[in-house]
Amino acid sequence: MLTDVLQARPAGLDDVLALVDGLDDALVHGLARLDDTRAAALEAVAAAFGGSPLAGRAADAIGKIVAGTVTDEHLAALAGCRVALLGAAHDALLAGLDAAAGRVREPYRAATGTAEPSPLAAGSRSWLRELAIAGWRGVDHELAAGGAQTVQALLAQPSQRRLAVLLDGFSAELRAAAPVATMPRVPVRRWADLWTRALVLSQEGLPAEPSAPVGGRLLILGADLHEHPTAFRCQVHGLLETGGAVRLVRTSVAAAKVDTISGPSAWRMLAAFPVLLGALAEHRCVEVSGMRLTAGGDLVWDEGAAVAVAGESADPFTTARVLLAGAVASSPAPLDRHPAAIAEPVLLEAGGFDTATGRLPAAGPLTAELVASATACLGLLRFDGGGWAVQPLGVQATVRKKQLAVHTGDWALGPTDAKAAKAEEAAGGAVEVLRERAGRLLRK
Amino acid sequence: MTSEVVAYERHSAAPVIAPVRPRKLAKVPFVELAEGRLQGVVSSGSDVERVYVSSITAAEHGLSCNTNNNRPCGGLGGGSRPCNHLKALVEAAVAQYGMERVARYLKVEPPAGEPDLWPALRPAAAPQRAAEVFSSFLRHLAYLEVPPSTDPLPDLQWFPATGREAR
Repeated sequence: MLTDVLQARPAGLDDVLALVDGLDDALVHGLARLDDTRAAALEAVAAAFGGSPLAGRAADAIGKIVAGTVTDEHLAALAGCRVALLGAAHDALLAGLDAAAGRVREPYRAATGTAEPSPLAAGSRSWLRELAIAGWRGVDHELAAGGAQTVQALLAQPSQRRLAVLLDGFSAELRAAAPVATMPRVPVRRWADLWTRALVLSQEGLPAEPSAPVGGRLLILGADLHEHPTAFRCQVHGLLETGGAVRLVRTSVAAAKVDTISGPSAWRMLAAFPVLLGALAEHRCVEVSGMRLTAGGDLVWDEGAAVAVAGESADPFTTARVLLAGAVASSPAPLDRHPAAIAEPVLLEAGGFDTATGRLPAAGPLTAELVASATACLGLLRFDGGGWAVQPLGVQATVRKKQLAVHTGDWALGPTDAKAAKAEEAAGGAVEVLRERAGRLLRK
Repeated sequence: MTSEVVAYERHSAAPVIAPVRPRKLAKVPFVELAEGRLQGVVSSGSDVERVYVSSITAAEHGLSCNTNNNRPCGGLGGGSRPCNHLKALVEAAVAQYGMERVARYLKVEPPAGEPDLWPALRPAAAPQRAAEVFSSFLRHLAYLEVPPSTDPLPDLQWFPATGREAR
């Protein structure tokens, strides 16, 4: 069943991706330097929206951009077109997956309110406009650093964390790559994705994400770890038993950090969440009450509203075998839909499955060698680079005739392997050294 | 264009920044390749309240080293022979980024396998940049004071934690 989905291609997917590629190529050389080919590619995007509610705005904005007028409003429409194209690709891919896996998914509950606008978003829009005009190939040290002030200001406001973390990761890549003109290859799709998402998040009047309080028992399936030079995040995928139903949910804890804090030491930055980290490291289930669950399926973690169930261990493989097939999934918010945002928990057994090992974190014990010898694998089904792949979060394997279970979150409270623990102790000193320096120098 | 380059270009999670290598931070808590300089901060051996702010410009190899209170470093003394702080800075940069990336940034080509970067440099004296580098260090430290977040942060799907790929 799942293998069918891994090979099937929704009708029209390649046409949509070709339109996206045309738009992305225009951003490589910059909207100020559109030749006939790139202008035609943008016009093809506008034409694709003929007959849709976006038709007028798309044709007008792209016509103006091709004629040489690049305003915030035109760029917002261009980004909107790209979001809609990739959102359609996302929906088709996810529908195929749900049909093959027999997964039930609730439709998205439309938002009624709008998110609070931030005056800082104007600074973000203006930097993103300069980038679009210059193109990736036109990014030098100065332009790459142009977003820094906005990022610092956004980081100081908790409500703007999402945009701050995204812009910070994006600008760090541009700074590391500058001057981009001399780079042998440019991450064309990636930077267009990051630019588009940042630009959309910098608009005013965005829909607020609806949420409601829930309670129940959270059973962990696995931990997906994310990192860029100044962020570390643990996103837990799990099943929430609530009111007689089983829901597939995610919950997230993230910390700011610096590039020299990496690998297993990064967990130290999440020390404010002992219940969640303890549940991960010790494979325990957690009782939650009054936590907010968003319409998109994100449980907004609240350490004070969670209690680890004492003495009760919960093996993620058992959880998946018993409950995953009957769990109800959520639909992501419309603006978040993108093929690369698909991360669907799946259980693969009986071997012979394809796994991708490009997303195995140094902060956990799961290695490519263990994945290669796995007899069962819990992972996230993802779509990127034109195809499906499973990112392992945990495996059962036989190593030297011994049955092992290894998960990416096993080291949440520190490495359990003696050699790795010693290395972490040495590297983890980084956190203390920098905290000491900050204590002495920052408030002067 | 090779198919490998095409695959890289059409990949949302294409890797851009090589992760830095772990190193000890006590002596050199901060080093970066930024603003056209290899720059950073070196802790004073004698006074915990004092740090030295050192930098080397990328193309001209202009050296500067001052305390955070803007006093010139006695070891450098305005000359073009590196002081111990600059030597420690280069050593830390090579440990963190690898010889190749540091050499490329400073636009030099040391012989393959050469562990010391200094013979390849043509150092000169340069105007001091202590204030800029020090504020960059303070911005760096300020990340440790940003509170953690429980927002769903969906865009982090584009930033997988890595490091255990098949070798």
